[in-house]
Amino acid sequence: MFANLMAWIEQRLPLMDAMNKHAAQYPAPKNFNFWYVFGILASVVLVNQLLTGVWLTMNYEPSGDGAFASVEYIMRDVDYGWLLRYMHSTGASAFFVVVYMHMFRGMMYGSYQKPRELLWLFGMLIFLVLMAEAFMGYLLPWGNMSYWGAQVIISIFGAIPVIGDDLTLWIRGDYVISGATLNRFFALHVIALPLVLVVLVFLHILALHEVGSNNPDGTNIKKPKGSVPPEEQSKFTFHEQYTKKYDIVDAIPFHPYYTVKDLVAVVIFLIVFCWVMFFAPEGGGYFIEAPNFEPANGLKTPEHIAPVWYFGPFYTILRVIPDKLLGAIGMFGAIIALFMLPWFDRGTVKSLRYRCTAHTVNLVQFAICFIILGVLGTLPANPLNNMIGAIASFGYFGFFVALWIYSKNEKTQPVPERVTG
Amino acid sequence: MSNAPVNNGRRRFLTAATSVVGGVGVVGVAVPFIGSWNPSARAKAAGAPVEVNVSKIEPGQLIRAEWRGKPVYVVRRTEEIISALSTHDDQLKDPQSEVPQQPVYATNEYRSIKPEFLVALGVCTHLGCAPTHHKGDFDQHVDGVKDGFFCPCHGSKFDMAGRVFQSVPAPTNLMVPDHSFPTEDTLLIGVSQGEA
Repeated sequence: MFANLMAWIEQRLPLMDAMNKHAAQYPAPKNFNFWYVFGILASVVLVNQLLTGVWLTMNYEPSGDGAFASVEYIMRDVDYGWLLRYMHSTGASAFFVVVYMHMFRGMMYGSYQKPRELLWLFGMLIFLVLMAEAFMGYLLPWGNMSYWGAQVIISIFGAIPVIGDDLTLWIRGDYVISGATLNRFFALHVIALPLVLVVLVFLHILALHEVGSNNPDGTNIKKPKGSVPPEEQSKFTFHEQYTKKYDIVDAIPFHPYYTVKDLVAVVIFLIVFCWVMFFAPEGGGYFIEAPNFEPANGLKTPEHIAPVWYFGPFYTILRVIPDKLLGAIGMFGAIIALFMLPWFDRGTVKSLRYRCTAHTVNLVQFAICFIILGVLGTLPANPLNNMIGAIASFGYFGFFVALWIYSKNEKTQPVPERVTG
Repeated sequence: MSNAPVNNGRRRFLTAATSVVGGVGVVGVAVPFIGSWNPSARAKAAGAPVEVNVSKIEPGQLIRAEWRGKPVYVVRRTEEIISALSTHDDQLKDPQSEVPQQPVYATNEYRSIKPEFLVALGVCTHLGCAPTHHKGDFDQHVDGVKDGFFCPCHGSKFDMAGRVFQSVPAPTNLMVPDHSFPTEDTLLIGVSQGEA
């Protein structure tokens, strides 16, 4: 009976075939390490954000007069409202933690290199939409930091010559940030951008499965058809999509092997997540900032404006450049440079395990600079901080320039034919 | 494609014509979507002038008025502050106020109608934060200048005429809005001298 039903569906829409192609018979390299869990964690957080977000809109009131009070209402009067809101706000920070780790993994193992450039570009678009989501979401509680944070970010567009002032007026829909701005941000935050985000995630996964997963050795697990004796091929059954053109080595099916492994990561992640959510939901003032417990006030800038921690690196680059337009260019340039990473890197060896020492040094200094920029973004501007920030910005952009130079004629070690375990 | 006889010229013309008409349609449909983001009639109407009684301001004191939702700083400058304005011209980006950030009647060394009263938008010209007024302790930010404005967001600095210092992110002096003094004691923000 059940088998008949399944067959009936399968003839009309090949669902089982799709499941096999993308999970039960998808060849994943057998040497994935700890760094490979963050994609799944990001999906878990995405589901959390979508679900809690829908539930929050049930009690949130998107208007200049009602927004702040409705968030207080959710926190105090709605059953479990506090929990849903903290799941959402902690989820926002968690999203950036796992996405930054996921991106760094890609940088370490060269997962952006040919043939995975488009995969990387989809990932970067996801990152960009995520930043827009986070920024617009942060205005919605209509606290004073929401207000002034939005003021600063929208004013960045005012740096564009000629059209800048009209553009900021158009974005705000008023001469100052007001209920009009809040309402349109709400619409974008809960409808437009989530749709875009889900479509991009779908494309990201499709693009991944088309070219196949990279691995910590950066080897190719798909060998030309007929080049590998059967006893050396992977013993598992993989979908015909992959086996008709290639001999698959060193691979295991994504399901159940990596679903089970990822489940362990999900459990550990949720333990940490819940600890933060229950015991430190404000993240020490870094997830929800103190001035946001006051309603938005257009006449009073908080003493110290700091972005939420995940915007810190880009914000520091903006403010260490003592010129409005150049500062904005520097900030957007920092993101565009990441977009262009597959073309800055002219090397052919993927994993840092087999690349020159300079590459490891460069990657480490980039990570350190990124963290320093992030920390500075949350600290007040003063001459010393600005000087450190300028040096770290130099290191950030220097990474890409140096990579472009040494990757041309890089002295690399031989990459093994098969994964090393 | 089939091998049916095809008039390629006619097919290209029809494809191009359909694309052009469709493109015009897309642009036309975009107009309401983009236009709806402009300030509404209600937002435009909310920009009425604001009256401030300046007789109650103590010398050296700053008060904030709200005009079009933005903070307007009104400072009653003391003789000491006024005379100090000319001492640091070499540290300013635009000491002569050449960039039109003020109405013509305030384009002078005090950037005001009356030297005693500074009227300026409390909106940093960098990214729009409200600069903090430092009274007597501004020399922690600029050596030898006792009073001024410091923007807490990105560290831009302005003197007591709202003129921006060098090597800070803000590109121009603080905006001086249209204003006038209909009587000795009242300041009208949003209406120029002689207009009312």
